[in-house]
Amino acid sequence: MQTNRGIPVSAGVAIGPVLVLDTEGYRIPSRLVRPTEVESEVARLHCALAASARETRDNQQAVDAQLGKRYGAIFAAHALFFEDPALVEEIEHLIREQQYAAEYAVSKVTRRYATAFQNLKGNLGLSSRSADVYDIERKLLSHLLGKRREDLANLTEPVILLAHDLTPSETARFDPAKIIGFATEAGGRTSHTAIIAAALELPSVVAVGDFLSDVTGGDEAIVDGNAGLLIINPDDETRRQYESSRQTYISFARQLDELRDVPAETKDGVRVELSGNIEFPSETKHALEKGACGIGLYRTEFLYLGRDTDPTEEEHYAAYVDVLRTLPPGAPLVIRTLDIGADKFSSKSAQLGEERNPVLGLRSIRLCLRHMSLFKRQIRAILRAAVHGAVQILFPMIATYRELRQCVLVLAEVKEDLQEEGVEFNPHVPVGTMIEVPSAAIIAPQLARDVDFLSIGTNDLVQYTLAADRTNENVAELYSAADPAVLHLIQRVLDAGRQCGKRVNVCGEMSGETAFATLLVGMGLRHFSVTAHHIPEIKRVIRAFSVAEAEDIAREALRLESAVEVMNFLRDQTRRLVPDAMA
Amino acid sequence: MNGEASTGPALPPGGLPRVARRTVVISNPQGLHLRPAASFAKRARQFAGRVNVIREGMSVNGKSQVELLLLAAEPGTELVVEVDGQDADRALTLLIEALSAEYSDEEE
Repeated sequence: MQTNRGIPVSAGVAIGPVLVLDTEGYRIPSRLVRPTEVESEVARLHCALAASARETRDNQQAVDAQLGKRYGAIFAAHALFFEDPALVEEIEHLIREQQYAAEYAVSKVTRRYATAFQNLKGNLGLSSRSADVYDIERKLLSHLLGKRREDLANLTEPVILLAHDLTPSETARFDPAKIIGFATEAGGRTSHTAIIAAALELPSVVAVGDFLSDVTGGDEAIVDGNAGLLIINPDDETRRQYESSRQTYISFARQLDELRDVPAETKDGVRVELSGNIEFPSETKHALEKGACGIGLYRTEFLYLGRDTDPTEEEHYAAYVDVLRTLPPGAPLVIRTLDIGADKFSSKSAQLGEERNPVLGLRSIRLCLRHMSLFKRQIRAILRAAVHGAVQILFPMIATYRELRQCVLVLAEVKEDLQEEGVEFNPHVPVGTMIEVPSAAIIAPQLARDVDFLSIGTNDLVQYTLAADRTNENVAELYSAADPAVLHLIQRVLDAGRQCGKRVNVCGEMSGETAFATLLVGMGLRHFSVTAHHIPEIKRVIRAFSVAEAEDIAREALRLESAVEVMNFLRDQTRRLVPDAMA
Repeated sequence: MNGEASTGPALPPGGLPRVARRTVVISNPQGLHLRPAASFAKRARQFAGRVNVIREGMSVNGKSQVELLLLAAEPGTELVVEVDGQDADRALTLLIEALSAEYSDEEE
């Protein structure tokens, strides 16, 4: 039995056989070979190297003929990688000395080089060479695995997925009936993958550190998404304990589900609106089942993910109408326009051009305002879909008043276009701005005048206010929604909304954490938009206090001097009000 | 490329130099990027002897383009190419040539 500690990102416990994943969904059947198989393993490696080099040279000739030798030369250089003595010797060494399977040795070595390239500084753009190295890995694995490659879609039994890292799109494609939990070596608490795992309610642990070399396909594992543990080959006693705690968790979740049809209101009868955050139209049903009154944040990035071309207007439209068909008539649907962020689009960000500091670069609304046809296509679809339901449009990452004005102008232009073309659309779609950049929070009173609603995105607001990357474990400690600076900015936005009579909504992770519910209500928040599975728990907490109690708590919390003090205070208060809360 | 010849360590008495060594300064505006590295490694592999490329005390296998790339030699970087073996001198000339070839007009 081996216990590894990581960061829990999605609650619950999963027990089952493991599936070890490598890049591009290649499944590595086994990490080790028997001593007697070492020679045949080395032979397999050399076959794969030769085949990969041949394949790359064939490509070179095709490219030479089509585009000229200058381009073909790139492939010629790639082909040489498969004969690179340093690379080949190191892989061979691992097979002979560690008895690694050829696939595993290839991954280990190419990963090491990819990391070395990524860490290179300077102006040569060599860090992007890591993509070449990954390409080498992919080619070799495809030759090594051949027919052994297994598609995640074809799993026959439920498994726990173990991987170095998972992209959000990989995670999103999981079939929860087949993948019952996962653990990754890399990742962070608020990475997009973690958010999706929580949405899918998959018990998961990330940032476990190196463990893949200690596990082989077919091992059994426990993923404890409550404590953040990955236990490989548990002993009988541990297994029994987990079986029973799993049952407890399931019955707790059932109990919360019973809250679905009771209203979200405080003890003194003040209504709080709880809506759901979704990434895919298919999540709408789940959000409703958990008691959401509508969709407070539809993140549309996934329309753009995992494909080479931009989505068409019809694809946008179909997705939006799909959500509206699932929602009851009149239920709000807030569609946020494209919010590409470096953290969410690691694979695509390269295509947007290298930026030294992508989080502070050309992303989100800045990108849209630069790529007008892309932006307008989405707005057209939103306005057209709004004929079928209570659609609202939300612009992300607004940092200046001018940007908001530009968005409003583009919106007006699109309406004019649709009008001229005689296309049916809804001209009265409410407009909102995200408040997720500190500058926007500071000028919230000005922004509020020009929009119908404000939506506070706490994940980015926290990151930008405290200048701490939420996925960088070295500084993750600084990243806290409970930080007094963040709370004061949120208070400012809530006050601005109240003064202008505009709705304010909080849609980040913060609004889904039970400890913050009292504080936010006390600060004046009446609209929460949260991941579906948080709704019952938040509702339960809201029903446990009165507005006056919440206001006292908020006043006290805003007087505290550090995130830690605030967090401890809020946890204590929540436990006092809701003794059996999961928090 | 600017080549600056220097003989290797002490000549073995009465024999040919066993190690040939030359310092070059990378002048290609792209630095030692994929193609010059590949071309260098390819030529280096044709020699039986050892080929080392040294940058500020970091020595890599000159037959490995991956390691050459990891030198991250930007324009102006001084590299020492060291060849060990029978045709050391001939090898050195060919290798320096690979580094000096023009890779202009290429989007790397």
